[in-house]
Amino acid sequence: MGGRDSNLVLLDENGIRCDGRKIDETRKITIKAGVLKNANGSAYIEFGDNKILAGVFGPRDVHPKHMSDTDTGIIRCRYHMSPFSVTERKNPAPSRREIEIGKVIKEALKPAVILEKFPRTAVDVYLEILQADGGTRCAALSAASVALADAGIPMRDLVAGCAAGKVADTIILDVGNEEDQAGQADMPIGYMPNLGQVTLLQLDGVLSSDEFKKCVDTGIDGCKQVYEIQKQALKDKFFGNGAA
Amino acid sequence: MTSTSILDQLKRNKISDLLDKGQRFDGRSFDEHRPITIETNVIPHANGSARIRLGDTEVVTGVKIQPDRPFPDMGDKGIFICTAEILPLAHPTAEPGPPGEDVIELARVVDRGIRESGMIDVSQLVIEKDKSVVGIFADNSVTDHDGNLFDACSYATAAAILTCKLPKWEMKDEKPTLVEGQISDAPITTIPVSVTMARIGEHILVDPNADEWACMDARITITTNSDGNICALQKGGDNGFTPEQIIKCSQTAISVGAKIRQKLEQARQGS
Repeated sequence: MGGRDSNLVLLDENGIRCDGRKIDETRKITIKAGVLKNANGSAYIEFGDNKILAGVFGPRDVHPKHMSDTDTGIIRCRYHMSPFSVTERKNPAPSRREIEIGKVIKEALKPAVILEKFPRTAVDVYLEILQADGGTRCAALSAASVALADAGIPMRDLVAGCAAGKVADTIILDVGNEEDQAGQADMPIGYMPNLGQVTLLQLDGVLSSDEFKKCVDTGIDGCKQVYEIQKQALKDKFFGNGAA
Repeated sequence: MTSTSILDQLKRNKISDLLDKGQRFDGRSFDEHRPITIETNVIPHANGSARIRLGDTEVVTGVKIQPDRPFPDMGDKGIFICTAEILPLAHPTAEPGPPGEDVIELARVVDRGIRESGMIDVSQLVIEKDKSVVGIFADNSVTDHDGNLFDACSYATAAAILTCKLPKWEMKDEKPTLVEGQISDAPITTIPVSVTMARIGEHILVDPNADEWACMDARITITTNSDGNICALQKGGDNGFTPEQIIKCSQTAISVGAKIRQKLEQARQGS
């Protein structure tokens, strides 16, 4: 959002970014499945300095009742930032931004979850951003998929999230906070690698037709990397240290 | 199941049957938008305004311009804020009350298209740095809802901004004071145009109407600027797109957007 100052060197002459990464390198990502006792499924993700908890409840009765659907289960999603998650305290009341992100994550997860098996029920996905550092929606989406799988809800695929973007006229993978603030474009992507479907896609910033194509390809590559980490997290939970 | 949803279901079957034969329910080709009519300066009390009809979808947008305090970290930039409301008279299912997530998404997608294109040069809207700046507020009122509110609101907002008249303020005694009789055009750098497409099965349809909207698998809204570059995008709906479909949609958005930009350009000249 706005505030694009050009004093920061986003990309040096050796192609190294402001946080030391190469242009096609993601931040360090760790995911742990099954971290909450009460939730039916849960996951904790660290995506660079993003720290996010995902908890899944359901399939369970729908309240309020009028939201229930006799043909299929429904999925609901709350994306919420803790007041202490950003530099200046964030008002804990849900902002319009959070409501929109909750909606796009819900729509990104929906194609992956086999809800038709659970008519009249709801699956609730709660995402808490404990610390935010750019790219929270992609990280939250990745954690949500793992939490849904951890809850044992039948799924067609995991949805992996990663952003691509443009800084210093170069297409980069996994846009960090400074790069988002000072960069030229940010494109969060949610992708189901097995099904080849993009289920979350947004863009802020200007890209030519060729850059657009490159950005989509770059982001999908990132999603594939996240996907491997997601699968490993589930293997670690259910088979112990990936022994399977 | 109510009788309307059975009718909807029949209509959906008909729509998708026709699509497989290469036809749309209302006779349009796949990349053809509905007729657009643009009227500007329809609300003289607003600094800028437009009424847009996109097929049977109608939106009235007013732009109000007034001095405001800048955002803390952006004291050298003016403010642009965009809202949207589906009025209760627009559709039988529209209800008064606080906006739901659909309407919040609508307003934010329209806002993002204008903002990320850099349409308004907000650095020219500073009255006194860090103290007072000009705020441009674009409020969209949907008066008739026949699908694709994203594009209708985007065009209405763009038309209202293109034709708005910017008053002048000066700081006097630490307060922004209106300078009578001095008005100018807003500092416009480009004309953003959004193109929304629905995917129904394997088919991609430009400007889906309400019937098509109700049975789409997924949708994508892509905004392009006057240079033909892509400046904002939002995917929505309960399903996905393949990467190839997304690239195809981006090309459609550029070509269809260029035609619609001419209409906005005409509305600006005619005002």
